[in-house]
Amino acid sequence: MGAQTRVYKRRIKSVTATKKITRAMEMIAASRIIKAQRRVAASEPYASELTNAVRAVATGSNVKHALTTEAERPSRAAVLLIVSDRGLAGGYNSNAIKAADRLTNRLIGEGKDVVNYIVGTRGVTYYRFRERAIRESWSGFTDNPSYADAKAVAAPLIEAITADTGAENGVDELHIVYTEFISMMTQTPVDDRMLPLTLKSTAEESAGVIQDNIKRGPEVRPLFDFEPSAEQVLDALLPRYVESRVYNALLQAAASKHAATRRAMKSATDNAEDLIKSLTRLANAARQADITQEISEIVGGASALADASAGSDR
Amino acid sequence: MAELHVELVAADRKVWSGEASLVVARTTSGDIGVMPGHQPLLGVLEPGAVVIRTAGETGEGTVSAAVHGGFITFSEDKLSLVAEIAELSEDIDTDRAQRALDRAKSEADEAAERRAEVRMRAVAVR
Repeated sequence: MGAQTRVYKRRIKSVTATKKITRAMEMIAASRIIKAQRRVAASEPYASELTNAVRAVATGSNVKHALTTEAERPSRAAVLLIVSDRGLAGGYNSNAIKAADRLTNRLIGEGKDVVNYIVGTRGVTYYRFRERAIRESWSGFTDNPSYADAKAVAAPLIEAITADTGAENGVDELHIVYTEFISMMTQTPVDDRMLPLTLKSTAEESAGVIQDNIKRGPEVRPLFDFEPSAEQVLDALLPRYVESRVYNALLQAAASKHAATRRAMKSATDNAEDLIKSLTRLANAARQADITQEISEIVGGASALADASAGSDR
Repeated sequence: MAELHVELVAADRKVWSGEASLVVARTTSGDIGVMPGHQPLLGVLEPGAVVIRTAGETGEGTVSAAVHGGFITFSEDKLSLVAEIAELSEDIDTDRAQRALDRAKSEADEAAERRAEVRMRAVAVR
């Protein structure tokens, strides 16, 4: 076998091995998306019931609370970035980090200090490398987050938002950056203001209220009875609300990560297939060249021998 | 008679939903019973048992559950019980809960003891 052929054979073998790995990772990711999607769906009732409750308090009472009121001069904002622990997911991590960068620049432009909270090793190393301060970080559960993980992440955030802004830890706003799972094929990084409740969502809500009113006539929204009192209900709601939002974001990020991995691994497998195909062509050509050379050597040798014996006969 | 539509929701799943004629839950300021037509309500729940008297399509009967904190919201004949952890009493293993209670008592683990007690209470009203 010629040297060239051997090189091609070796490369084909190694690409085939890589292809097997990427194909396996693709299939693992595909099976995990379904599971992750199911968990997102299962967490939805809790999140929506809590949001309804928050909405009820926000519209049904006029209590001043960190949950609903904006600080007069917000000076510090917390940003929670959710990425994954591992790469091999195409642009998943870098897209989310870019979205966080954009948000950070915007907040700084508004004259606010930004405090970083990060979930996922990828984000932590990115920030460490650029020597940016991280207030707190978590890793190890991004593939399969549990509610307890969400609680652990939410605890310091809640502490920061409830603390006085003048205090060392206090923040006025709470932002969250994660990758929203829209469908198998589409996941987009989003930044969202968790607290105080965003004007956008309240505008949507009031639009919804107006539409409801149009539908039902000019009916006054029911006045809620708070048990024990509106303040205490809000105090109890605030941490649960943050936790459920964080939990939902973690689950969506996990589902998005699996989807991104699946896509990245699928294109890696396709590339490996293309590579194997073109390498096989090259290997065949090289083998053919070897054979041709061998034949011409044999023919050349034979005719040289024939010439020599013909000479001796004479 | 009108019926309540009840949803019992935990952080990671929907535990129970159906029609009911009466729901009794314990808020921080005492037990509260909600029947159809109640004033809109939003309350903070104490860890404890919730009793749902089912009616209508769901059939007559009683469903009880252990909820560990959470909220009760009621408006327009739709009642939701939202708790981080919620278990139907029929899903609770009585022996295990009792063992957990004993263990928590001996280890003076207050949080675990409270959790186990809530479970036992939910089983008791079953």
